Amino acid sequence: MKKKTCLSLMKASGLLAALFLSGCDDWVLMDPKGPIGQSGKSLILTATWLMLIVVVPVIIMTLVFAWKYRASNKNATYAPKWAHSHAIEVVVWFIPCVIIGVLALITWKTTHELDPYKPLESEVKPLHVQVVALDWKWLFIYPEQNIASVNELAIPTGTPIAFDITSASVMNAFFIPQLGSQIYAMAGMNTKLHLLADEPGTYMGMSANYSGSGFSGMKFDTLAMSTTDFNAWVEKVKAAPQPLEKEQYTELVKPSEANPVAHFSSVESNLYQSILNSYGSYCQSPSATALNSHEALNSKAGEEAQQVSMNVASEE
Amino acid sequence: MFGKLTLDSFPFHEPIIVVTVSIILLAGLAVVAGLTYFQKWGYLWSEWLTSVDHKKIGVMYIFVAMLMLVRGFADAIMMRTQLALADAGNAGYLPPEHYDQIFTAHGVIMIIFMAMPFMIGLFNIVVPLQIGARDVAFPFLNSVSFWLFVVGVVLINLSLGIGEFARTGWLAYPPLSEATYSPGVGVDYYIWALQISGIGTTLTGVNFFVTIMKMRAPGMRLMQMPVFTWTALCSNIIIMGAFPMLTVALALLTFDRYLGMHFFTNTAGGDPMLYVNLIWAWGHPEVYILILPAFGVFSEVTATFSTKRLFAYSSMVYATAAIAVLSFIVWLHHFFTMGSGANVNAFFGIATMIIAIPTGVKIFNWLFTMYRGRVQFNAPILWTIGFMITFSIGGMTGVLLAVPGADFLLHNSLFLIAHFHNVIIGGVVFGYLAGFGYWFPKVFGFTLNDKWGRRAFWGWLVGFYVAFVPLYILGFMGMTRRLNHYDNPAWHPYLVVAAIGAFIILGGILCQFIQLYVSIRDRKDNMDVTGDPWNARTLEWSISSPPPFYNFAHMPNVEDLDAHWDNKEKGIAYKRPASFEKIHMPKNAAAGVFIGLFSVGLGFGLIWYIWWMVILSAAGILATMIVRAFNEDVDYYVQVDEVARIENAHHDVLEKNASSHPFVTQV
Amino acid sequence: MSTEALHHAHDDHGHHDAGATKVFGFWIYIMTDCIIFATLFATYAVLHNNIATGPSGKEIFELPFVLIETFLLLISSFTSGISMLAMHQGDKAKVIKWLIITALLGAGFVAMEIYEFHHLIEEGIGPDKSAFLSSFFTLVGTHGFHVSCGLIWMVVMMFLVSKQGLSDTNKTRLTCLSLFWHFLDIVWICVFTVVYLMGAM
Repeated sequence: MKKKTCLSLMKASGLLAALFLSGCDDWVLMDPKGPIGQSGKSLILTATWLMLIVVVPVIIMTLVFAWKYRASNKNATYAPKWAHSHAIEVVVWFIPCVIIGVLALITWKTTHELDPYKPLESEVKPLHVQVVALDWKWLFIYPEQNIASVNELAIPTGTPIAFDITSASVMNAFFIPQLGSQIYAMAGMNTKLHLLADEPGTYMGMSANYSGSGFSGMKFDTLAMSTTDFNAWVEKVKAAPQPLEKEQYTELVKPSEANPVAHFSSVESNLYQSILNSYGSYCQSPSATALNSHEALNSKAGEEAQQVSMNVASEE
Repeated sequence: MFGKLTLDSFPFHEPIIVVTVSIILLAGLAVVAGLTYFQKWGYLWSEWLTSVDHKKIGVMYIFVAMLMLVRGFADAIMMRTQLALADAGNAGYLPPEHYDQIFTAHGVIMIIFMAMPFMIGLFNIVVPLQIGARDVAFPFLNSVSFWLFVVGVVLINLSLGIGEFARTGWLAYPPLSEATYSPGVGVDYYIWALQISGIGTTLTGVNFFVTIMKMRAPGMRLMQMPVFTWTALCSNIIIMGAFPMLTVALALLTFDRYLGMHFFTNTAGGDPMLYVNLIWAWGHPEVYILILPAFGVFSEVTATFSTKRLFAYSSMVYATAAIAVLSFIVWLHHFFTMGSGANVNAFFGIATMIIAIPTGVKIFNWLFTMYRGRVQFNAPILWTIGFMITFSIGGMTGVLLAVPGADFLLHNSLFLIAHFHNVIIGGVVFGYLAGFGYWFPKVFGFTLNDKWGRRAFWGWLVGFYVAFVPLYILGFMGMTRRLNHYDNPAWHPYLVVAAIGAFIILGGILCQFIQLYVSIRDRKDNMDVTGDPWNARTLEWSISSPPPFYNFAHMPNVEDLDAHWDNKEKGIAYKRPASFEKIHMPKNAAAGVFIGLFSVGLGFGLIWYIWWMVILSAAGILATMIVRAFNEDVDYYVQVDEVARIENAHHDVLEKNASSHPFVTQV
Repeated sequence: MSTEALHHAHDDHGHHDAGATKVFGFWIYIMTDCIIFATLFATYAVLHNNIATGPSGKEIFELPFVLIETFLLLISSFTSGISMLAMHQGDKAKVIKWLIITALLGAGFVAMEIYEFHHLIEEGIGPDKSAFLSSFFTLVGTHGFHVSCGLIWMVVMMFLVSKQGLSDTNKTRLTCLSLFWHFLDIVWICVFTVVYLMGAM
């Protein structure tokens, strides 16, 4: 009987160990494939180590103090009126302050370095991809190649990718964990993200913000490949049977779940901009219209309005 | 006639719902039948429902909170089993339209209808007793607040059997929650349940703020208030600052949905980001509303069961106040990924981290309260130690999420889910359950069974780690929240472990209920005859358990921080007073119940577009208030001989049992 | 302890100063209402340029009309003050008389506002036209709703005072009502400045 329990215990612990060890490859955030993901990873690790400087002693002290000063231990000192010590108070305020101070410096620095709007420094000319979140699939438009795909994002390695992101429906978040940062996709607004893949591979991409009943199926493969392969992929897409014109787009925006990958040989000009404008949160305000026509792809209007809403909210 | 309500609104085709609703209906019928059979309706009406006694209102709050804990936890078990089953192409047993309601309801119920009423229940029971008051500042308003909260509970639970609940996530972000994308009544249930109970909460905030500022016993300076009262004060200040913003955010969403306005729509200039800002401007302070009183409970429990003064009282108070202030300037960390620019993100990130400083100081203060104390290991102190360890970890992951660069990877992942359950279970729930065990004897006159209390603790603690450590890991594996099914084989084992953890927590909850049952069964053996079962320090322990309805026959005079302990040391506690006076008390009021009933009609009518019901209910509320205004018979005096009879009976018992309670024998 | 020494002074604790506590509580309630208005103002500030296909404030605001509204409300604050003075003098009839005048002025204000809203909606400039109009109608309408509640309260107070006289409870209530009325006046000054004056400029 006892042996049996022992065995099953061993089995269970073995399973647990296997779970935690074998899993390491699957810890995608700890296995980044690009500089942004890499910085994110080291930031997480640095911050965690820093905080453990306080957290570990606190946990140990909690257990030690509770045990040492248990009521049954009459040998321990008992000082029922002792409730104040300048030395201890200075230390317990000082240590968290120092650690948070260091973390704050790191935060200030990394927040600016990892600003998703900041273009990546590279010799290579960035590839521009426009991302539209639909119910419930991702549309990727390659304006320079004049092609589009659904639920499949192909990118050349070593090339900075400049994403412009919006939504033609509710709010979503565009996220490829192994490449790094995520950012929201919102209708009528243009958000930006810059990522880079170092090595070829297939990385999962998804929506990280719940968007309704088809949300679970709203994912895509990110195919990172060499420039040659990428060019071949572009050619393949160009040979796809259908273009993405008004007609196909109207069909595409209809809600659908777990959409299969689709390719479009060409894209109606300025499709992305017209999607952005069709939810004209801001397009009607005079300054926004001017900016939109001035700089079609950047949609400063969205950003500007966003800044406004942030500023006002913080004034509350 | 019935607006949008038709027979199709009743989900007959959903077996899970039909069974659940049938069980609830049967249980309800059994309660009604029991009350009728034992002729307890009158008792229930006059002693509880219409009571304006803060202690009874507090008990009712916690009773409803416990019921909602069961409801919310049932949702949790369903989610965890669904995810344990729905791997590799399996759809699981909950389709998205049902599953999405469940996670929305789970969040709303646990925060708004479990944690909030539990906390307000503790305020009600403890704060007036700790400050030596006979009731709260506005007893009738207190009753109204309670009934408005019950209206929210009724509405959200009606959504189970009539229509549907929101499928938007617990904060109902637009545009998803707008009529375009959520045309059903689900979001309307959400709006009115939160709106009506939220108004009740705001009134509670005003009530307790005034109570603490104006009703303290003679001599009690602010810096002599017990720490729980301090945290209650700060928490109520945050309520008053934050809940009106919730009211507005919900009202604007209401106008969008009902009147076709464009605050948060995708079109005509609406701005969904504005809602996200407004709702978090309430939502972040909300979590500090919940956690501060838990900190207060831990302070009381640590000092009492270490038989020692609380270490660094003033440091504790300043830390509490600092957290309360900072809680209002950190909300943006919930959406760094909206693209607000590096300066804005960095500011809110650093502001958030700064909160870790006072929180860390508090943890050290509890540590040094145990240091050189005599720690008695019963359930409340176990919750405290479990909290200190668990919360430190939760705090750490929280600071990690406050670093924008890290948040860009971890936002909306299961890491986030693990983090906030880490602080809410490890902080709020542990705290309230510690407070429940600590103050239970004060309210009911007998102590809880400690053995079952410790079992409940271990169930919760072990269950928590088994359920949520896998979620932390899943966050690193790129799994986002609110997924209904998935096909990543690596995730599956962790989700199975997490489901097992949820069942271990279920064991903890069951132990909690067994503890109640066993304690009530054996209450004769565990009577609290002194009113001070823990040899505690604050004023609530200076009177009998349960306290007389007027609390204090004589207003205590406070000269020290731990007022009751001070009196025990001076040898003047437990003294039988020489004479008594008549006491002025408020009368019971049925108006609160009626306002509640009419508000249910109001909410239900609004949800289903039944306009005659809306008009009648609104008129009913107004009429009730006017009738109440004209009622001059709202208070009375308790006569001297009744006070003398109650007090002498208590002192007789006290003297008879003094020998077995060392700290009373000093009398 | 000193309970015995002190209990004579405090036997009525929580009762004799109940009026003061209520007024204090009402101030606190007003603070929470202030936050409601602050949030609505913030919303208006965020959305006031989002006029979509609708008109801007400049095109729809009629300042002279609003100025008359403003004066009605300002004068009603003054008359409400007179009624408070009468309350302190203990002159029941005078209290009711000035309450009636205050209520009439307030009703005039509400009527004008309803007229303005009705007029706009008739012309197709309703709150569903644009985010700007939504926030405009909501901010101004919330104030109007408060004034209407104040009017109902005022009418109830007239009956209460005439039936029960100037009891302590009623005096407290009148004090709170007058606080409420002045508060709404201040909010309106902000509405007038931020929405109408700045909008028309």
